[in-house]
Amino acid sequence: MKRGSIIALIVAAVVLLAVPRIIVNEFYVNMASQVLIYALFALSINLMLGYGGMVSLGHAAYLGVAGYTCILLTITGYDQLTAALLAILFSTLFAAFFGVLSLRAPGLGFIMITLAIGQIVWGIAYRANDLTGGDNGIRLPARPMPFGIDIRDAASFYYFTLVVFVIALFFLWRFSRSPFGASLMGTRDQPRRMRMLGHNVWLIRLLTFVMAGFWGSVASILFVYYNLFLSPHALGLQQSAEILLMAILGGASSLTGPIVGAVIITLVKNVASTYVERWNTLLGMIFVIVIMFMPLGIVPGCKHLWRRLQDRRKKSTPAKITASEPAA
Amino acid sequence: MTAPALEVTGLNKRFGGLPATKDVSFHVMAGERRLIIGPNGAGKTTMFNLVTGDLNADSGSVKLFGQELLGMPTQDRVHLGLARTYQILTLFPRETLVHNVVLALLGLQTLRWNPWTALTGHRHVYDAAHEALAMVGLAESAERIVLETSYGERRRLELAMALAQKPKLLMLDEPLAGLSQGERQTVRELLDKIPRDVTIVMIEHDMDTALSFAERITVLHYGEVIVEGTRAEVVADPRTREVYLGD
Repeated sequence: MKRGSIIALIVAAVVLLAVPRIIVNEFYVNMASQVLIYALFALSINLMLGYGGMVSLGHAAYLGVAGYTCILLTITGYDQLTAALLAILFSTLFAAFFGVLSLRAPGLGFIMITLAIGQIVWGIAYRANDLTGGDNGIRLPARPMPFGIDIRDAASFYYFTLVVFVIALFFLWRFSRSPFGASLMGTRDQPRRMRMLGHNVWLIRLLTFVMAGFWGSVASILFVYYNLFLSPHALGLQQSAEILLMAILGGASSLTGPIVGAVIITLVKNVASTYVERWNTLLGMIFVIVIMFMPLGIVPGCKHLWRRLQDRRKKSTPAKITASEPAA
Repeated sequence: MTAPALEVTGLNKRFGGLPATKDVSFHVMAGERRLIIGPNGAGKTTMFNLVTGDLNADSGSVKLFGQELLGMPTQDRVHLGLARTYQILTLFPRETLVHNVVLALLGLQTLRWNPWTALTGHRHVYDAAHEALAMVGLAESAERIVLETSYGERRRLELAMALAQKPKLLMLDEPLAGLSQGERQTVRELLDKIPRDVTIVMIEHDMDTALSFAERITVLHYGEVIVEGTRAEVVADPRTREVYLGD
């Protein structure tokens, strides 16, 4: 790892650990938890979008499948850990099924199938009143107590979310540098070529779909723990689109891009909406401006700018030396 | 008697009402250098695509060392020892040359499913990739990005990717297309160095190079095999002159 990256990592770790101390206001600490949860959602969809080139408009379906399963199992009497694990397992299996169906069609067909499946899950959540509470939603009785630690207050829950987020980030970072990650990026750029090199493109994409589903499910459990409530509004098309937007805005195909996107969109949603009625317009404007000037997103755009600045600096240095030569 | 390296029998493919290949049959013996020629639209690349599985045949049979390929996914055919290069370069342009070859090597290794360890930590894969690049004279350019290389270097990279997989049957689709005279000579020398345990089927329009390379030639016209034989037989055949070589 480069020296700059290590320094950035240490600074990020210190800042993240200090958030509840710096921001004493509970509202903002909760918002920081929300940012982490959405960042995990964005990272999970980025596995498909950034590394695999698959655009999904149904990612919020995992919120429905994992979220409702977790709440229903807890209400039924399962302990919180078992309920969460079973919910993630069930939702991951659902992702496999979701993937098999979606991967039947390439390109636009793929997007439409993911949209349709997302809407089916939303429709079931909306209509199955006995199970999901319909439009009114259902409540999770209480947050869990991992290892006996009470995470009911904002700061404790933030640290709990941070631990899960860091574990997920570590796994995703390893994945992005792995042989499977390289194969996945190859299928994004040249699927036909990858087949001709012996790679099973369909299986690579399906496994990625399942992995994205798994981390999406983990984020869903955190979402349910955070809100202690789930209703169909949380798993509609807007939610899927926002998660997708986070990854695109920050910069898909990079690990930090979706996190940056999640920070911006969550802040705009929560902070700007208290001052501006039409915060969606503001979000749209930010998106358009970023994509106009940084088509690959904020993080790759800033990296590109930084490289250009450095190149310019390098070019200007020998020019000065040449200028001084005649005098010598 | 050993089975031919490639045995194509009654291969048919139609695009709507247009027949792209009509009952194409030929076989290539192990170690042979076979040239496929024909005017544009003769069905040469379509026939390649049918053999590799890029296209599905309507009917017929394609056997690689006696094993039926039709109905088998492309990647499984590759695992049986089939490799190809494309007429239109199909590389990973934003990656380094060595990474392109690494992807080719990964295609045949179970390592490709590993989601945990760093790819760069697997030195044996990189060593093999560097070896393949050295084979085509690109050892010094291994860390360059494909986009920054010349067309000729990219053609050689395609060849390195195919050779890295140690194929039994190598299908080259116009490997000399778009190259300067000097580059053609370089690629030609590379082709000569490929060991005899690799069977080569090549489509090429550069007749001087192609004819001197090939041992047997198949001429396609409107999707049909019209002539097949040794260099002398094919060149002497009036049908070849009529549809392709001219007077």
